[in-house]
Amino acid sequence: MSEDHHHLRVVSPIEARVTALEELLVEKGYLSHSDIDDFVQRYEHDLGPLNGAKVVARAWTDPAFKERLLANGTAAIAELGFGGPEGDHMIVVESTDEVHHVVVCTLCSCYPWPVLGLPPEWYKSAPYRSRVVREPRAVLTEMGCEVPEDVRIEVWDSSAEARYLVLPPRPAGADGFTEDDLAALVTRDHMIGVAR
Amino acid sequence: MDSVHDLGGREGFGPIVGQHAPLFDDEWERRAMGVTMVSFRFGHNNGGTFRHSIERMDAAQYLTTRYHEHWFTGTATRLIEAGFLELGELEARAGGSVPMSRPVVAEPGEQPPPMTAEVSVGDRVRVRSWHPRGHTRCPGYVRGKNGTVVRLDPPSSLPDLEAHTDERRQEPQACVRFEAADLWGTGEGAAVHVDLWVSYLEPGDA
Repeated sequence: MSEDHHHLRVVSPIEARVTALEELLVEKGYLSHSDIDDFVQRYEHDLGPLNGAKVVARAWTDPAFKERLLANGTAAIAELGFGGPEGDHMIVVESTDEVHHVVVCTLCSCYPWPVLGLPPEWYKSAPYRSRVVREPRAVLTEMGCEVPEDVRIEVWDSSAEARYLVLPPRPAGADGFTEDDLAALVTRDHMIGVAR
Repeated sequence: MDSVHDLGGREGFGPIVGQHAPLFDDEWERRAMGVTMVSFRFGHNNGGTFRHSIERMDAAQYLTTRYHEHWFTGTATRLIEAGFLELGELEARAGGSVPMSRPVVAEPGEQPPPMTAEVSVGDRVRVRSWHPRGHTRCPGYVRGKNGTVVRLDPPSSLPDLEAHTDERRQEPQACVRFEAADLWGTGEGAAVHVDLWVSYLEPGDA
């Protein structure tokens, strides 16, 4: 613990509003604080991009799995034990030497929770949502993702029920790597398509 | 509704920021997310009503607040509309005003009529130039534009109805590929795929 408790702490209006709503709902008996703790815990810590990384690493090491993954993402991902809300209809798109895929939700924040967890703030922000459908190469460059000029970019706006996961190309120079070694190379940004 | 939530292709928002920021900057964001998701158990909300409650936010507030403030505002608005609590008690407890989303203005029945033609992979389709006052999942930047169906997804409940009535219409969604030149005239040349309930579509130009 720090010594923060010795200092005055200003409560922002939004903080006061959220606390008020939670307290009133608890007092009225509609939910408990622990219901919220449990939910946040599950979505912040139990789900996350480590799940998606396992899917990618399996696809890199098992050609039959990769084939199933691209044909029916939901079923193949379920083989690894992942599924549930915001992952009921998974589409996996494969980036290669010819094409680079990138995913967005221009209308809100649709995102494949079972394999990537909760979306980061930038994914839900106006700059990313407005620009990536119109100038994806500029956005990717700005985010540090250099896509070679001869690689085509394709954008997927998750505006309905399907949720998208990008299968990045297997990195060169990882020949002796185990599935676990490979999974450790895969980040959330690879699977959204803003890293390569 | 044509509100500011429909961001695809809009200009003036500047660079992507916070690329390496944590999932939550503040504890209130965790609580807002948790209250929103847990309150779905009450049965007063579905995906359509919830998304529409956010779309009904004041436009300037939407663009100047963090994402979980959208969730809080939509959630509080829906809970008050459904009678779980009153705005007065929320404001009294919060110690000040609590901005709500604006009221629903759409009348039930403003939803698009079902598409009469069958849609198949490979078909050329055009997105209806449709501007409902209520909820829709048809992004503005593809309306009136021609594209090609590349995938058909299984039927699911049309959100335009779900948000405003008890009626349900199960419809397939078409993943439609739009060429950049058709969307923006010129530009980088990246194709964009958008998933559209078939009611949003009409036969397109070859």
